[in-house]
Amino acid sequence: MSVPAIAIRKLVKRFGETAVLQDIDLEIPEGKVSCLIGPSGSGKSTLLRCLAFLEEPTSGMITINGEALGFFEDPTGRRERLPANQIRAVRTKTGMVFQQFNLWPHMTALGNVSEALKLVRKVPKAEAEERAMAQLRKVGLENRAGHYPSQLSGGQQQRVAIARALALEPKIMLFDEPTSALDPELTGEVLNVMRDLASEGMTMVVVTHEIGFAASVGQQISFLDHGRLLFSGPPAEIFAKPRHARLEQFLDTYLDRGASMLA
Amino acid sequence: MTLKLFTLLLEAALSTLGISLVSIAIGFVIAMLLSAALLSGKSVYILPARLFISFFRGVPLLVQLLLIYTLLPVIGINVPGIVAAIIGLSLCTAAYQAENLRGGFASVPRGLIEAADVAGFTGAQTFARIRAPIAIRLTFPALVNEAIMILKSSSLVSVVGIIEITKMAQDLASSTYQPIPIFASAALIYFVINSAIALLGRYAERSLKGASA
Ligand SMILES: Nc1ncnc2c1ncn2[C@@H]1O[C@H](COP(=O)(O)OP(=O)(O)OP(=O)(O)O)[C@@H](O)[C@H]1O
Ligand SMILES: [Mg+2]
Repeated sequence: MSVPAIAIRKLVKRFGETAVLQDIDLEIPEGKVSCLIGPSGSGKSTLLRCLAFLEEPTSGMITINGEALGFFEDPTGRRERLPANQIRAVRTKTGMVFQQFNLWPHMTALGNVSEALKLVRKVPKAEAEERAMAQLRKVGLENRAGHYPSQLSGGQQQRVAIARALALEPKIMLFDEPTSALDPELTGEVLNVMRDLASEGMTMVVVTHEIGFAASVGQQISFLDHGRLLFSGPPAEIFAKPRHARLEQFLDTYLDRGASMLA
Repeated sequence: MTLKLFTLLLEAALSTLGISLVSIAIGFVIAMLLSAALLSGKSVYILPARLFISFFRGVPLLVQLLLIYTLLPVIGINVPGIVAAIIGLSLCTAAYQAENLRGGFASVPRGLIEAADVAGFTGAQTFARIRAPIAIRLTFPALVNEAIMILKSSSLVSVVGIIEITKMAQDLASSTYQPIPIFASAALIYFVINSAIALLGRYAERSLKGASA
């Protein structure tokens, strides 16, 4: 067995008194698309943010390609914070795409994509821009390189954000509801870029409400409810009956919502 | 009022302008350091920065200038009046600029900083490339306003022996017995300089906007 791309062990996250994630155990295999689904407030974003070390786990351990992220915890539960430069090093193995795009408004699309190459990877300007341009081409936006985020549609902004993350050549891409802030007619262009990425064998963790995307592209589906991982498995299993009662209820709500949109 | 007198006022205007612009620039650098300290999350940096800002906003500039001018020689530093003037104005405007910028820094959306974090930026890189440029854009009108305030306040530096517009006008008025045309000319010069700053500011603001909004 090869090392999983991400291994999550006994992960707990509390905000003050409330436990938002409880004893999460999950392995995400390399080269697979893993989708996190679950009702609002179930802890999906928090889990993803822990994987990007934007939230610090309260306890438990996360490894990325076998390397501890942020903390090292020994079997007795004693843990040690790793030095900042090592945290940065492990972090750069992952790229993250946010629901709200979070493009830097004072930089052009090309600037957004090339900035970290220049600043973090110390790539010379000309080469950084060339590589950034290649990423923009990949998401179909080379002709928007000189545009500022405010001059781009939401779908285009999200594609720039994907290019920005890809420019650092991450091993793993994390997506937090990448299409939720988009008008319905713009979700397709972003999902297509993600499909291409999946077909190239990128390891992806996708928090999504796009059940269709999860069912067709996801290779591992995990269902979170009230901070607990209730189910994790291949889509065929999760969408086939009989299901876990809570999952059943969740999926039914989706079908209802879809039906009410048609009505 | 002769052309000769007006020329003297214009020459004095050069020292007003020079001292003010240099002080605004130095003050801006100090304000950035203060902002970085306030955002550091470490009380060893935050507390001194807060103290600095409250002190220089809480004590009249005139008193600050006199204090610097008289204090420095006592601790063995002999500086010409112009240096004392620039130090005084710089420290004072630094405090006000830092206070203006604070609101700008607080309005930088958290997600933009997180995007820099996940890309592996160090704290200093995020400050220099993301937080500061956005905060400056957000507070730019207040910064231009502060530049105008400092230019006007620079009339106080005559107390440390600098002949700037106001002081020159006073001297000329008492030696020529023509106070009204002379003070009117001084007012006109201030007005023209500050209008130019305001205009440049608006122009700069628009080009910054073009590059982001
Ligand atoms: N910084 C925080 N401080 C306190 N509570 C928080 C914080 N962030 C999230 N929570 C709480 O944690 C719970 C899980 O939030 P999370 O954002 O992970 O849910 P989610 O599954 O992503 O929901 P959604 O589908 O609405 O995005 C919620 O109850 C939320 O209120
Ligand atoms: Mg969420």
